[in-house]
Amino acid sequence: MERRGTDQIKRGFAKMVKHGVIMDVTNAEQAKVAEEAGAVSVMALERVPADIRAQGGVARMADPLKIIEIMDAVTIPVMAKVRIGHTAEAQILEALGVDMIDESEVLTPADEEHHIDKSKFTVPFVCGARDLGEALRRINEGAAMIRTKGEAGTGNVVEAVRHMHRINDEIKRIQGMAERGEPLDEIATSYRVPLDLVEKTAKLGRLPVVNFAAGGIATPADAALMMQMGADGVFVGSGIFKSKDPKRMARAIVQAVLNYDKPENLLEVSKGLGGAMEGLDIRSMEEKDKLQHRGV
Amino acid sequence: MIIGLLGIQGDLEEHAEATRKAFLSLGLEGRVLLVRTPEELRRTDALIISGGESTTMWKLLKKSGLFEDLRMYQNPLFGTCAGLILLASGGVGDSEKTGQEFLGKIDAVVNRNAFGRQRESFSVDIEFDDFSSPFHAVFIRAPVIESLGPRGEVLSTYNGKIVAARQDHVLITAFHPELTDDVRVHEYFIRMAASSK
Repeated sequence: MERRGTDQIKRGFAKMVKHGVIMDVTNAEQAKVAEEAGAVSVMALERVPADIRAQGGVARMADPLKIIEIMDAVTIPVMAKVRIGHTAEAQILEALGVDMIDESEVLTPADEEHHIDKSKFTVPFVCGARDLGEALRRINEGAAMIRTKGEAGTGNVVEAVRHMHRINDEIKRIQGMAERGEPLDEIATSYRVPLDLVEKTAKLGRLPVVNFAAGGIATPADAALMMQMGADGVFVGSGIFKSKDPKRMARAIVQAVLNYDKPENLLEVSKGLGGAMEGLDIRSMEEKDKLQHRGV
Repeated sequence: MIIGLLGIQGDLEEHAEATRKAFLSLGLEGRVLLVRTPEELRRTDALIISGGESTTMWKLLKKSGLFEDLRMYQNPLFGTCAGLILLASGGVGDSEKTGQEFLGKIDAVVNRNAFGRQRESFSVDIEFDDFSSPFHAVFIRAPVIESLGPRGEVLSTYNGKIVAARQDHVLITAFHPELTDDVRVHEYFIRMAASSK
């Protein structure tokens, strides 16, 4: 008998995009640029995070016609974002047939208490996280893939680095505890997840799902840095199409993920990119303007 | 034996793990080498092309020049899903849309994303060659083999579609044996590679 929408199938999809770059695109032309550059998937949006940040207002799921335009333009998988907790937006995107849904803090949250019960869906979900507790809560809700939240639309990698370090350090900590035979039930309680999920993570020494870096990646070097920290791949939001030469930047970031451990290659692809997107200093930002505090 | 794993993109760790397990269960000496350069490719006795995005792999292989080296490669090959598409000789459907090029290592015409998008991805027990019990096959945005040349041997079908085949020492599966704990297909490939030496 055929089985669909099982954890194996949903997590399996995420495994197929590993070692790849997923790019934010807002129209068919950009989607083709991304595919041509070697992106493994595109995220279909109406506005990239930098514009959402600049324009303000309520940011919602994209118009399905916009997503269809992008789905028709490329053969690589297409992802799209829904507001945190907005089950109906997710149902609409599942009906549309997107390949993965990002329950994203970049959009204005619809529910400040609950995330979507992602286990009820056939389509896989990716969710952002700043630490291990957030990551495991999302996985427990059915997320098939995790990404760091970073700070989207800033072109500043510092928050993605912080979140990746934190997740890695916390995994190391529970791994050590498990090896010493120390109980993990208090950790599980503080993370608000079942003990077996914490134990499984400790045993694996990594998240039990694919873990990408996202939020502020703007250059090939940023992408390589995140890969060196153990990311399975990267999302680049505003970093491509807010740069001076998107085609070149897209190709360069793909090459940087492929050769993240080869400085000579990184040097070559970093030359003459014509300028990355303008960045924001995180320390000059008000806490209320940070998207990462949404949906913990 | 050194089994190379084409390290462009996709579920590389899963294939490496399954291959190592298969070496162990067969009691054979062997190791897995990640291949990203022509030099690395030359050191391998056989090569696996993982699952992932075939369009991405093709474009990156073309850029690196490795595509031509793979065309010339004479050792045993095993391709799963995206790997199957690259090893094939031609395509219909989505492959035509992107103008995808093929390595032509097996006389097979493929239909990319034949079952649909991710929502339609599925897993099911199938018969595989002479395996004594069914194999749990995971199909993710999977292709099918529309037609196989006269030298090809069908190893598995599902709903009348060819989902695994071989020709001489080239093995292709539309599903992902690396996503399950069952390493029989990897054992099959290693035995195939060992006997072709």
